[in-house]
This record gives sequence, structure tokens and C-alpha cells, in this order.
Amino acid sequence: MMRQSYKLIFERSHEGRRAYDLPELDVPVLDNAIPENMRNKKKLDLPELGEVDLVRHYTNLSRRNFGVDNGFYPLGSCTMKYNPKINEEVATMFEEMHPLLDADMSQGSLRLMYDMEKYLCEICGMDAFTLQPAAGAHGELTGLMHIRAYHEHRGDTARTTIIVPDAAHGTNPASAVMAGFKVKEIKSAPDGGVDLDALRAAVGPDTAGLMLTNPSTLGLFERNIKEIAEIVHEAGGLLYYDGANLNAIMGIVRPGDMGFDVMHINLHKTFSTPHGGGGPGSGPVGVKKHLMPFMPVPVLVEREGMIELDYDRPESFGRVKSFYGNFAVIVKAFAYIRSLGGEGLREASENAVLNANYVMNALRGVYEIPHDRICMHECVIAPGELMEYGIHTTDIAKALIDRGYHPPTIYFPLIVHEAMMIEPTETESRETLDEFIEAMKDIARDAKENPEAIHACPVTTPVGRPDEVTAARKPVVRYTI
Amino acid sequence: MRSYVPNTPAEREEMLKAIGLESMDQLFADIPADLKLNRPLDLPAPMSEMELRDLMLGYVLQNDEGGLLFRGAGAYRHYIPSLIPQLISRSEFYTAYTPYQAEMSQGMLQSIFEWQTIICNLTGLEASNASVYDGATAAAESLLMLRDAKRKKKILYSAGLNPDVIATIKTYAHCIGVELAEIGLNADGVTDMDALKANLPDSAGYIAAQPNYYGCIENMDAIAETVHEAKSLLVSYVNPLSLGAIKRPGDYGADIAIGDAQPMGLPLNFGGPYVGFMAASGKLIRNLPGRIAGETVDAEGNRVYVLTLQAREQHIRREKAASNICSNQMLCAIMASMYACTMGPAGMKEVAEQNIAKSHYLANEMCKLPGIKLRYNTPFFNEFVVDTEKPAEEINEALKGFGIVGGLVLEDGGMLWCATEMNSKGDIDFLIDILNDILEGGNE
Amino acid sequence: MVPNDRKYTREHEWVMIENGIAKLGITDHAQEALGDIVYVELPTVDDEIAIGDSYAVVESVKAVSQVYSQVSGKVVEVNEELDGTPELLNQDAYGQFIAAVEVSEVNESGLLTAEEYEAFLAEEA
Repeated sequence: MMRQSYKLIFERSHEGRRAYDLPELDVPVLDNAIPENMRNKKKLDLPELGEVDLVRHYTNLSRRNFGVDNGFYPLGSCTMKYNPKINEEVATMFEEMHPLLDADMSQGSLRLMYDMEKYLCEICGMDAFTLQPAAGAHGELTGLMHIRAYHEHRGDTARTTIIVPDAAHGTNPASAVMAGFKVKEIKSAPDGGVDLDALRAAVGPDTAGLMLTNPSTLGLFERNIKEIAEIVHEAGGLLYYDGANLNAIMGIVRPGDMGFDVMHINLHKTFSTPHGGGGPGSGPVGVKKHLMPFMPVPVLVEREGMIELDYDRPESFGRVKSFYGNFAVIVKAFAYIRSLGGEGLREASENAVLNANYVMNALRGVYEIPHDRICMHECVIAPGELMEYGIHTTDIAKALIDRGYHPPTIYFPLIVHEAMMIEPTETESRETLDEFIEAMKDIARDAKENPEAIHACPVTTPVGRPDEVTAARKPVVRYTI
Repeated sequence: MRSYVPNTPAEREEMLKAIGLESMDQLFADIPADLKLNRPLDLPAPMSEMELRDLMLGYVLQNDEGGLLFRGAGAYRHYIPSLIPQLISRSEFYTAYTPYQAEMSQGMLQSIFEWQTIICNLTGLEASNASVYDGATAAAESLLMLRDAKRKKKILYSAGLNPDVIATIKTYAHCIGVELAEIGLNADGVTDMDALKANLPDSAGYIAAQPNYYGCIENMDAIAETVHEAKSLLVSYVNPLSLGAIKRPGDYGADIAIGDAQPMGLPLNFGGPYVGFMAASGKLIRNLPGRIAGETVDAEGNRVYVLTLQAREQHIRREKAASNICSNQMLCAIMASMYACTMGPAGMKEVAEQNIAKSHYLANEMCKLPGIKLRYNTPFFNEFVVDTEKPAEEINEALKGFGIVGGLVLEDGGMLWCATEMNSKGDIDFLIDILNDILEGGNE
Repeated sequence: MVPNDRKYTREHEWVMIENGIAKLGITDHAQEALGDIVYVELPTVDDEIAIGDSYAVVESVKAVSQVYSQVSGKVVEVNEELDGTPELLNQDAYGQFIAAVEVSEVNESGLLTAEEYEAFLAEEA
């Protein structure tokens, strides 16, 4: 491929061109409606293009991008499964609804959210859900606010610490701090699970809760989950479930039954809604009964066959965003759940786990598998002996790009040196996995025989490896002439 | 039954065999048996695509979006050029994740860089991030920026912010140890300058709204001067669609500009997804939360875009991060970018002027009616408050019968009306006629 | 290799105290471990820092490191040059201080001599 940069839309601007039209103004203009000192008298510095050039600009930009529809995207922890097209279509059926219509005009939208909350309760074994949080990290923050409100309500103000395993996503400690907690990190046991002794040593009268991802970020199920729940609960803390890895266990085991008090779901992972190049997502939060009084307002309630928005919740900690959540995303996830039903969700999880094990098994002996046991929906591998040839995880990732794949999540979890976290998802066929496995083996061969070729990757992309150091030292974050 | 798993049952068997297992259950041997669900999930039965479409239609039919909409209050119906839904449906964009691998994500990264530039140019500021969840969470994130930039806990906000925004910043403030003080509005519906002055000492900043929730346009020059005299920072919460006509935050010296770009090309969608934007003066760039795209080069000198300043973020800095934000509203930001580029400078000005003209025409005609009057004698953008003799709920109930969604009823009984370029003179005149009948009927 | 004119910490920081003023920086080993340094978050003059405080943050592209102080006192000077050219720390870690502090207390037990630090480095490797 010819390497070349692509003109910015600002560089395509020609004064006077336009791609818009509005109806002729049909009401009188008042000259003095806006006082002179509050007017913007400058011409806004925005591009001026004809419609066809605008359309080509974005179409060509999209061709410089890679999504699940382009190819295999085994980005660990992100659950890049296929995004069903029907879900995109049905979501648009609701898009004209203003959020502040009277409840009697918006029963369809409200009823859909109400039903969705019930489905999520059943899938997760929780007692209530709020759909308000806009993303996973937002859900974490909202979930932690429940924990905080719970302890505050009991007058237990000494509980200021959230315990987070060192394998956790970065959002966990960051969310805990934003919720006003201190963070105590505990080391993982050699098998990658929570170190029970470290946990016992960490809990105390200051423990507000423990945040746990299960299956863990190593893709392993936490076998000691019952003991963990017991230790935390006995110490007076609550258990938070990071739902990033829920795709492994739908219909098989439920966070609520494992002892978790509060959790979030990433609808944009487990429930097939597209990631949109970084968002919008949706991060519903589920709670057990004892946390229900603190849920964000408004809460959906059914009264005489009508769904209403209840703001009269004196113990609620408030609201975490405008309106009711990323509604259109919720519609897509709703459609997914209704398409698959309980059986289909279980089938999805089983095959997600099968696919991950299939890949891990095939790569054994070629790459290092630091925690080699049956994994859940993702597996973590490392370059192992390839490091002796000067090949790092970054190089393997870039070599995968040249072979037509989006690389796995790299350098995470932090507890595995040079980690590659592979999450195939259930929507990939066996031959896609086989081809990926062959590509990984091919890279491993090249790494030993021709490491320079690997270091040169990617060569098939419109641009080469970016100079990230210069980008960060002298940040240029907008176009200026 | 619907399934998105391509492998046939026979293929699944073969794959199990390849890894030395006999049944799916063995994959889940790590899960304690007594924790397992051991029953099917109690959910409605799976269905075909055709049945799903009918099911969804059933929900839609319980909705009534109203024929003529005169309600805004934080969510606005504007015209969405048809190229936006078409282009945003390119699945290379919408099925991608956050652009971690720059070489295969140049489309998204360049789009972010262009969005940042558009937001900087609209607001008159020097740095922008890749978006946050919505306007309310942008305001919440600005609390962290103010607290950390000034190392002060006290932050002032205008009572003229949208109530959802106020509720959201209160929730966050309680958690992050920020002490909020509300600055009230005066009889003209704008910031009470005496109250502002009195509260400014020892504060990190003031969050103002322009136009505010009640539609009023504030004298931001005076507010900026007052805030800066006290060595505090000014955050301006703006409607970006107004900036073709109303002075930009950078032009009156705001340090941070935030808001929700929903009015720029995003459907109402019952409240989301929308897109929060955040812009700041250059010296506050490192205080911005979330993703930021930056320009650099590859080894051959080609211009390349990349996520930059990442060491501020949660995945690197963990509990010391500037914010916990990870996912944002990237796709919505691109929609708003497409809107800005479709409209261009002339269109952004024209649409803003049309909003001003339509809302003023509506207000003038409405106030000729008996028993209804404008509450504030202050310039406004596309919303205004009236007080009515007849209870507002009754007026709206009566309008509903004509397919009209009237102004939002405020807690104090006032009505917050909105008119945009979408409301034709004919629609407005129709509303006024009906309103006249309703109000006269009420006087009988 | 490791200059004799100052003391060191096990966190790979250096301290040079002259006339009641402590200059604080990071060691060559620290800059090498971090890689290309892209930003230094400096303290502000007049900040009071205490023994054990993190008074600065050094960032590379994909890592971030807190810099701790083994002295207490008031910051009297910061190395403004690092603001625009953080790569100076890569080029000459011992020649570039981060902040200077008017010392009120020193945690002697947390400090190593050059010789001890070299031994510590050898041990860590």
C-alpha cells in the first residue's frame, strides 16, 4: 500500500462553498434581539465544502479504519463480537422521542427500559438495575456511590477503603478514587487469583468493599469466590462485580449468586452493541435489595399498568448524568437479548469460552502461557522465548496488523510481563480462528528467522508506526493554519 | 432460534475434541457446582428477526412523539442533514473500538483530531478532548479540572444551569470533596453579580450557563471580568448551536468551555446517547480528562494521528488518574463534526439566527394572548419562560389533543418554551390559535 | 558513574544538600527505566513538602512515576526548563534537578551514599 497521510477536512475548505440549505426564514427578524456586546461578530473557522467532497472525506476516512465488520478483532477485555444489523435498525425506531415528553406519551420507551431492567436482573441474579450510567467506568463510579451511600447511611464513616487486586482494570482504582475512597491494592496469588491471605490481611474496619472481575483479567474463573465473598462480608465490606467479562458466564453462573452486592454491565461488550470507535457505550448497574434505596433518580416504577419515573427517593445519592442513560444503546442490547433468549445467551457464553480455549490450546508451545489451565472467554499469552530474538509484544501486534487482524489487548494485565490478551468471542468461525492461529505461528517463525521483518511491521497500512514521544512532548491537538 | 454463533454443533464437537474435552460443561469446571445456575434463564423465548421487528414495533406504538414540538430544556430537535445518518453507518467507524492501534485506526483518530479542532474553533479555546458522556458529566469533570488546577475545594455554579446538570455535579461533588455554592439568578433571570462577587474569594472557579436553562443570555464579559479579578477560573456551559450568533467562550476569556453537542446533528433518542464536549485554554490541556488525539509523524515523515498524553489516563495512572473515564461518545462526536462541516460558518450562523428569530416570533405572538406573559425582560436564544394565569399543566393537556407538545412545566409553575428552525411560521401560528382558544376558554 | 557529591534513595532519586537547600532529582537508572520522558509535573514554588511526599511526577509515553522526597521543607525553586524540554532528564539526569527545597528535616535513614546506591543497583539487577 502507498503510504500517505490524508488531508484534513480543514485543508479541503474553499471559501463560499456549502453543503447545507435551510428553508427561507418565514418570520420577521428583530434587529435588537441580541445586544451587540453579546454577539459573535467573527466568522466561525469551520470548513466550507460541497456535499460530495464532504461525503468523500468521511467515506475515505472510514476506509482508513478497521472494525469488527472488516475482520477478526480479538481485543481482550473488550468483547468485540459481531454487532447484529437488525439492532441498529430497530434502535432508529425510537429516535424522535424527546426525553421530557409526558409519561403517557412515552410508555413504549419507558416500558422497554423497565423490561430491560428485569431481564438484566434475571441474567445477573440482582434485585434491581439502573440504566443511567453511560459506560463501564461510569457504571463503576455509580456502583461505588451505592457502596458509599450504604455505609454513610449506617453511620459507618470509617469505611473509606476499596480493595482492588493488582490485576484489575485501571478504571477500578480510578473510579474508587473518584467515588471518594482510598485504594488498597492486593497482589494476586501465583495462580492469578485473589491471594486469600493478602485479602484477609487487607480487610478491616476501614474496608468499604472489594472490586473484583470474575472471570479475572487473566481470563480465569476465581475458584475461591465463596471464600472471598465471606472474607469481605464478614469484615463489613461489600462486593463489587466488574462486568467486563460477563460474556463468559451468561446462563451458567450469576454474579448475584456468587455473593456480589453491586455490579455493572458493559452493554457494548456482552450485549453486542457496537463500540463506535470508543463510544457510546452503556453501563447499567445492578444492586441487591439492601442497596436499592440509594439508586440514582429517576427510578422506573409500574403504577396501575403505567411506567413512571419516580424522583421521590429520599435516600438516593442523586443522578450521574442527564436523563435516563444512553437509550439508543439500551434498545440495541434489548433487541439482542430478545433475539437470543436465555438459551441463546448461554450458547453465546459457551462458545465464547470454547473459542478462547481453542486458540489457547493451539498456541501452546509456540507462545508462553503463564497461567496454563482451562480459560474462560479470553486467554493471556506472552512472547516467551521470542524475547530472546528481540521481539516484544508490540512487534507481534504490528505483525498481526500486516496479516489482516486487529491485535489483542497488549501489555495488560500488568501482572503478566509483555501480556497479550486474546478474546475471540463466540461470533467467530473455526476457520477464522484457524487462520489467526496460523498467522500467530507464522509470526513466531519469522521472529526467529527474520526478526528485522517483524520490527518493520506494519508495512501494509496507510501510515507507519507513529512517533508517540514527539506527540506527547509537543502536543498538537488541533489544526492551525 | 436466532444465533450469531457460526460454528455448527458438529464443528463445536470437533473443536472440543481438539482441546481434549468431551463436553461444554468441562469448560466450566472451575466454577463451584453449587454456585451454578443449573436452570435455564427465565427470559422470553428467542425469536426470529421478523418477530423481533414486530415486537419492537409494539413498543414503538405505545409511544407518541407528538406532532409539533415546542419543548427543549436540554434536548433539542434540529434538522439533521441526511448525509449524517448515512455516513455514520459506515461500519468501519461504528464497529471499531477505541483507536489503540494507530496504524489501522487513522480514520477514527483523524476524525477525533478534526472534532477537537472544530470544538476549539467553535468555543475559541486552544485544546479539546475526544468527548465525554454528555453535558452534565462534562460539568462534573470540570469540577475535577478546577479543583486540581487551582488546588481549591470551593466551586461556584449558576442556578441557571440545567437542573440535571446541577443534580449531576452535586452527586460528583459529594464524592470528590468539592464544596459547591449556588449563585442565584436575579429578577432578570441572569447571574446575581453581587452574590457572585461575595462568594468568589477562595473559590477555584464559577460554572456559568450561556444561554442558561431559562433561555436567558448572560453578560459573560462582565462575569468573566469579575471571576478573573478574584483569580478564579471561568467555566462556560454553552449551547454550541448558539455560537454562530452568540459570543464564543474564548472571546470573553472563559478558561474552560463545556456543553452538550446534541443540537449538532444528534437525534433526540429519548435522552441519549448525546455527547459532552470540553475545551480549555492551552495551559489547562493536561487537566482535560479522557482521550485526546494528537498529531505526529511516522518514520517516513507522514503525518499520523495518535492517542496522546495518555499518562494522564486511568489505564496508566490508575488511582492517580485525572478521571476514571475510558469509553466516551466518539461516534456521536463524529456526527456533530459532520454537522459542523455540513453547515460551515455560514450555516452555523444562519441556523443560530433562525433559532433566535423563531423563538422571538413565538414569544411575541404568545404574549399578545390573554393571561400569559414573558417572565424575564432579557435577551434569549431559542427558549424563554412565560407565566400563565391558567395552570400550565392544563394548557399542555389541552394542547396534547391537537398533537402539540407545549413548553416544559417548571417546578414553580412557569412554562419553558422552545422554538427552533424546525418550527415553521405556520406551525407557530397554529399553536397560537389553539392556545388562544384554550386561554379564552379558561376565562369563560 | 554515580556521582559522589550527593545521596540517593532506593526509589532511584537523588538529593544534594548545600547551605540548607536540597536539590532533588532522579537518577540515571530511573530515566533509563522510564524511557523517553515526555512530561514532568513540577511542584509550585512555596509548596510545603514533607518526607515521603510525592512532589513531582515524571511521565513517559506509557508509564508514569511519582518522585518522592526524603526531605521536608518549602519549595524555593523548580527547574522550569523541564517544562518544555523534559528530555533533558534523559540526557543528563544528574545535571538536572527537579526542585530545590529549603530543608527543615532530612530522613537520613532513607538515604544511601553513592557507593551504597551502586551496590543497591547491582543487587537489583
